[in-house]
Amino acid sequence: MPTAAPDHLRLENVTMAFGERRVFENLSCSFPAGEISVILGGSGSGKSTILRLIGGLITPVSGRILVDGQDISSLPESELRLVRNKLGMLFQGGALLDSLTVFENLALPLREHSDLDPDAVAAQVHERLAAVGLRDVDALLPNQLSGGMRKRVALARAIIMNPMILLCDEPFSGLDPISTRQVEDLLVDINRRRKITIVVVSHHVDSTMRMASRVMIVLPDGIVVGSRDELRNHADPRVQAFLTADRDSPAQDHAVEVLPGAFGA
Amino acid sequence: MSNPVAAIGARALYFVEETGRLAVFAAHVGGAALRRPLRLQRFLDEVFYLGVLSLIIICVCGVAVGAVLGLQGYNTLERFGATDSLGTVVGLSLIRELGPVLTALLTTGRAGSATTAEIGTMVATEQLDGLRMMSIDPMHYVVMPKALAMIFVMPLLSALFIVCGIAGGYLVGVYWGVDPGSYLTGLESSITFRDDVVGSFIKALCFGVLVGLIATYRGFTSAPTSQGVSAATTTTVVEASVAILVFDYFITALWGV
Repeated sequence: MPTAAPDHLRLENVTMAFGERRVFENLSCSFPAGEISVILGGSGSGKSTILRLIGGLITPVSGRILVDGQDISSLPESELRLVRNKLGMLFQGGALLDSLTVFENLALPLREHSDLDPDAVAAQVHERLAAVGLRDVDALLPNQLSGGMRKRVALARAIIMNPMILLCDEPFSGLDPISTRQVEDLLVDINRRRKITIVVVSHHVDSTMRMASRVMIVLPDGIVVGSRDELRNHADPRVQAFLTADRDSPAQDHAVEVLPGAFGA
Repeated sequence: MSNPVAAIGARALYFVEETGRLAVFAAHVGGAALRRPLRLQRFLDEVFYLGVLSLIIICVCGVAVGAVLGLQGYNTLERFGATDSLGTVVGLSLIRELGPVLTALLTTGRAGSATTAEIGTMVATEQLDGLRMMSIDPMHYVVMPKALAMIFVMPLLSALFIVCGIAGGYLVGVYWGVDPGSYLTGLESSITFRDDVVGSFIKALCFGVLVGLIATYRGFTSAPTSQGVSAATTTTVVEASVAILVFDYFITALWGV
């Protein structure tokens, strides 16, 4: 009988707020090691906030965030840096340093955290670029890349230090269908080859249902977690509505709030 | 009646809070400067960007200000038959006051605002968060080299401004008939190294600290929107300019520079 993979990431009773605005309350969830988990949800539901909490970029109001068993919710910045060595993050816009070339962007973490000589650094950079299907882009600046190429360079940078956990914030946003499929295949390939735990935040249902071994849907009153098949057959109509992108879905209600009189009626 | 009083109180509290935050930020920059790696290449890049690329504007403005001082000084001194003192007037004005102050104001407009905009854009495009996720401290990698470079280049730019200003005053003075020898002799005899030159250097150094810290702080704390970056850039120019003029008074009053 197969045993469940141990959790690499776990959120326990996490409450998060920005000023007066509560994003979620007492959220508990976990992400098993070596699998691809996808977080779905409407705009403003707090999907990206979950990733930023896991990365220690923001601090929760209350609750515990366990990364590989270590609670990071109240760690000082100096200790968070050690935890982040286990993490890689693909930001929505790539977050590449725009004053550095593609090569320099990828070489930066290697130069900062390893004693590799320049030849070894170059070899690693080119290996990662090849892994994401890019060649001859060393000297280009990020603003000279297309959206899809920028995402792939950012992905190469996110995995260059061989992280245990890869966090991807909207990796398919702004991409054409072919680029979307390329990034999707890359993530699946990285997960299979390197056994990296991947957490993807997305509202791209098709890609999610193809690649995820586990899906979490953030609803206004909580979360629904399950495998792809479990969610496809889930009894909650809001889940079905979300997966079929029904615009009358109650799950979308919190995403777009129509103000009284906004349309002059 | 209570609303205006409350508003003044709120502004005062905001000023105290912001001053405190700036002091904590300055302590972090200082702490980062003591940590390895030294970021020498990043520092030199910033010296080039903030200093070398400011050379032309500093030289042109220095000559222009010196020329105006020479012309105004000549017209005034001529009434008293003391045009031989033109070198003293131009030199002392530039070294003690106009050199450091105008250099700091020009550098704020050219390099300080650019520094804020650059860091603010990095905030808005998540580049600083990207650095954090690579376990690289943005304070150490981005902010510290920029702040230290500003502190380093300010006295050098001020010295260049003063030299260009003296040359501008010389050209105008000689053109109007002032003896070149008496211009230079007056300059040499009236300026003391300790009180004037060192004092001017200290002033420029203080202004470098002010502009460097305000520019990086405003960029680092800007809202992650284009409007936020724009507001932070404007705030840098306003706050740094006011701080330069206020501190100029206190440095002059306290040290007699």
